[in-house]
This record gives sequence, structure tokens and C-alpha cells, in this order.
Amino acid sequence: MFKNIGEIMLLFWRTLLALPQTWRQRQKVYDQFFEIGNASLLMVCVLSFFIGGVIALNFGPALVERSLASAVGGVVGLAIAKELAPVMMAILIAGRIGSAMAAEIGSMAVYQEVDALRTMNINPVHYLVLPRILAIAFALPLLVVFSVLVGWFGGAVVANYNHAMDIPFRVFFANLKDIVELKDVANGVFKSFCFALIIGTVSCHQGLTTIGGPRGIGRSVTKAVVNSIVLIVIFDYLLTRLLLK
Amino acid sequence: MNRSRPSTQGVDLIVRGLRKSFVGQEVLKGIDFAVRPGEIFVIMGPSGSGKSVLLKHLIGLETPDAGEILVNGDHISKPETAAKYRMALVFQSGALLNSLTVGENVGLYLAEHQLKSPEEIERIVGEKLADVGLNDVLHKMPSELSGGMKKRAAIARALVIDPQLILYDEPTSELDPVSAVVIGNEILDLQRRIGVTSIVVSHDRDLAFGVADRIAVIGEGRILTIGTPEEVKNFQDPLVQSFLNADFHREK
Ligand SMILES: Nc1ncnc2c1ncn2[C@@H]1O[C@H](COP(=O)(O)OP(=O)(O)OP(=O)(O)O)[C@@H](O)[C@H]1O
Ligand SMILES: [Mg+2]
Repeated sequence: MFKNIGEIMLLFWRTLLALPQTWRQRQKVYDQFFEIGNASLLMVCVLSFFIGGVIALNFGPALVERSLASAVGGVVGLAIAKELAPVMMAILIAGRIGSAMAAEIGSMAVYQEVDALRTMNINPVHYLVLPRILAIAFALPLLVVFSVLVGWFGGAVVANYNHAMDIPFRVFFANLKDIVELKDVANGVFKSFCFALIIGTVSCHQGLTTIGGPRGIGRSVTKAVVNSIVLIVIFDYLLTRLLLK
Repeated sequence: MNRSRPSTQGVDLIVRGLRKSFVGQEVLKGIDFAVRPGEIFVIMGPSGSGKSVLLKHLIGLETPDAGEILVNGDHISKPETAAKYRMALVFQSGALLNSLTVGENVGLYLAEHQLKSPEEIERIVGEKLADVGLNDVLHKMPSELSGGMKKRAAIARALVIDPQLILYDEPTSELDPVSAVVIGNEILDLQRRIGVTSIVVSHDRDLAFGVADRIAVIGEGRILTIGTPEEVKNFQDPLVQSFLNADFHREK
């Protein structure tokens, strides 16, 4: 996969150079943005609630046993804001949206639609790539904010109703407020912004370089998702290290 | 009909020593020809002889392994050339954008480059679709059209560009004889009206001999002969003759 890194970076650079075209392409950015929201909001909601819940379930009883019940809110809050919401949402979006981008652009490449754009002197980076990368770069951080809130709520619900914990909402959120700073949430959101750029660029690149027929499209979709996830996990470590101060 | 049209001048095109291989298979083995401004140049040749590959080179979609292509003296490989001249390719498959309606496809060039107001684009799109004999398809999706209708919509999309050079890949291959004649006449009409340079790839002998100023026959990656329809018809080469005179044998 890494032999394409250069090409992917070049595509990203070209997209940056295309940024002045944003106003012209705004309609497509909106369309893509709402498509992403539509396609993933419910899933984000369900997934985040259960992630919050399972984190509370995993750490809560152990903390309560050591009479640290008051720390549960902070642990769950931090884990979700800094790590789980950004990474899990990025992986979800890679699977849900990255795959769709690779499939759509890939089929356009295979059926010569991209060539047709070129003959009309329409730059595929302006027309196809820029709106998608911008849309996902706005949408994913927003989804992550949403996911953090729902995840906290899920954690609080489980901490409250699980008999091994029985932590009141008030206590849970008071501790969460004590420990989690705005900066922690901002860190997570910033990471998700970087992940969004990775998903968008990798998926669009994979789509544009699709060759062959339907099987080629299938291969591109798989590669787009797998490569995005691998890069997300690697960059997650690097970014976390970088933001650690 | 009295339509105001910007007068365009066809460009000339020179191809020298063009070679191209795909993974070990040499498809074009040194192609040389020159097309004069405003000429209708037909390229014929058997299936798989590299005609579509040649057209893609002419418009800069493929980069040659060797040789050069000049449009009015400018190398097609330079990015400025694509912006300087209006060139259009009608793909063999049509290559309409499947996510857009037919109307949006045909108006795409004008809309993306913001050359006209939306109302004017709508008018032009309707006019060009009528030119190729398509009515009531404006709001249909390409998947709802037949093969021949897609081809005609693709031709309309090329006409909208108001091209100086237009390349047709098998413009009549999926059309009934009447529609084929409509397209053939449109090719002639376009040349007469705006002096566009046309390169037509076709197996359709009626179309080729009906519209061509000159014909090139290619086979196995080389040009076998170039000349006026008369010269080509009389060219004594077994490959050319067998291609031009292929016919069915039916026991009486
Ligand atoms: N992208 C490609 N990769 C590999 N081989 C290719 C590619 N494009 C074309 N070819 C090969 O080049 C040869 C010529 O193809 P081309 O499409 O130009 O034929 P053609 O003359 O247009 O035939 P037809 O009349 O059937 O359309 C074929 O043997 C084809 O397999
Ligand atoms: Mg062909």
C-alpha cells in the first residue's frame, strides 16, 4: 500500500491548490455534506451510546471496588473525548463514506466518465475530489462532537443503572466536568479533522486510479477502507504523541 | 434556420511517429498523418486495431511512448493547449455522467466553466439535443436511454463546446440507418457552418464514404493508406480491399 503514499500526498496537495475553487463548488460541498450526515447520523448515535456504555461497564466496577466511584465520570469522559469517539467515528466513516467515495469515483473512472470530464477541460480534482474532501473534513469533526456527547450520556446511563456501580447522574457529570477540559475535546476533534482528510484523500485517490471492470471497483473500495483504517490508527498514535504536552 | 453562432475556425492537427504499448502489446507502431483545418478525416480499421487508443492520444488523454501530436503547432501534452483550443471527443460508449440528467450532462461544460446563464444553458441544451434528433430526454437519467440515444446525447454534449476539433469514436455504431444519416448530416453541417475539423473513427462504410474528405485505413497499429475516398477505394492492397469489400456469402 505504501507505494501509493507519494501519489496520495500529491492528490492532497492538488486539492489544497484547488481550495480557491471552493465557492464555485459550494453546491456540491453542501450535497456531499448532507449525504454524509444522512448516511451516518443514526449509526453514530447508536454506536456512540454503546461505546460510552461499554467503557463505563469495563472501568466502572473496578474503580467502584477501590472506592473510586467518583472517578468513573472522568475516566469515561476522557476515554471517549480523546480517543474513542474520534477513532471509532473515523473508522465508521471510512467504512460508510470512504467506501462510497471510492465506489462512485471508481465507477466513473472505469466507465470513462473521468476521461469525459478531462476532455471538457473540467479538472476532476476540482469537480470530484475537492467537494468530497471538504465535506468530510467538516462533517467528521461535527459528528465527533455529537458522538462525544452521546457517548458521555451512554456512559452515564450505564453507570447509573448497572448494579455494580449505581453512580447517580449528578456525581458522574460533576466528576466528568472536573477532569475533562475543553482542550481534551478539542484534541479529539482536531484528530478527527486529520482523519477526515486521510479518509477523503485515500478514498478519492483509490477511486481515480481504479482500473478494470466491476471487480476493479470492488478492489478499490476494499483498499480505500483498509488503507484508510491503517493510516488512521498510525496517525492516531502520532497525533496523540504530538498533542501530548 | 437563423441562429447566431460564434464563428469558429477549425484547427489543424499533425501526428508524427506515434507509438504506444500496453503491457507488452504494441498497439500503435508509428502513426503519421496530418489533418487540415476544416477537414473531415475518417479513420477506418478492423476492431482492435487501436483506433480508440489513437483518438485518446489526439485529445491528450493518453501519453504516447514516442512521437508527437501538434494542434495548430502546439503540443497536446502541454496543459495550456487543452485550455487554448476547444476540443471534444465523443466516446465510443458515450461516457455520459451517470449521476447527472441528460440535460445536465449536455450543459455540463457551460455550467462548470460558468460561460452562460442557467436560462441560456437550458436553451442551448434543448437546441443541441434537437440537432441530434433527441426530444423529451432533458430530465431523464442516462440509464433510461437506449445505446443509440446515449450516443446522440454524447454528440450533443460535444456540440455544446462549440469545438474547433471534434473527434467521433464510432458515432453511428448503435444507430438505425435513419439516425445514422441524421448524424452523418450533422457532421457535414457542422463543418459547413463553423468550419470545425472533424476526425471520425468508424467501421460504417456508408458513413465513411458519405462524409469523408479523406480516409485513413489503419491495421495492426500502422496506417495502411491515406487518401480521398476514391483513392482509398482503388488502393490495391489485400488488407485494405478485404476490409472495404467484406460481404456475406449466401448460397443461392
Ligand atoms: N488501457 C489499456 N490497457 C491495455 N490494453 C489496451 C488499453 N486500451 C486498449 N488496449 C488494447 O489496445 C488494442 C486496441 O484497442 P482499441 O480500443 O483502440 O481498438 P479499436 O480499434 O478502437 O477497436 P473497436 O473498433 O472494437 O473499437 C486492443 O487490443 C486493446 O486490448
Ligand atoms: Mg474503439
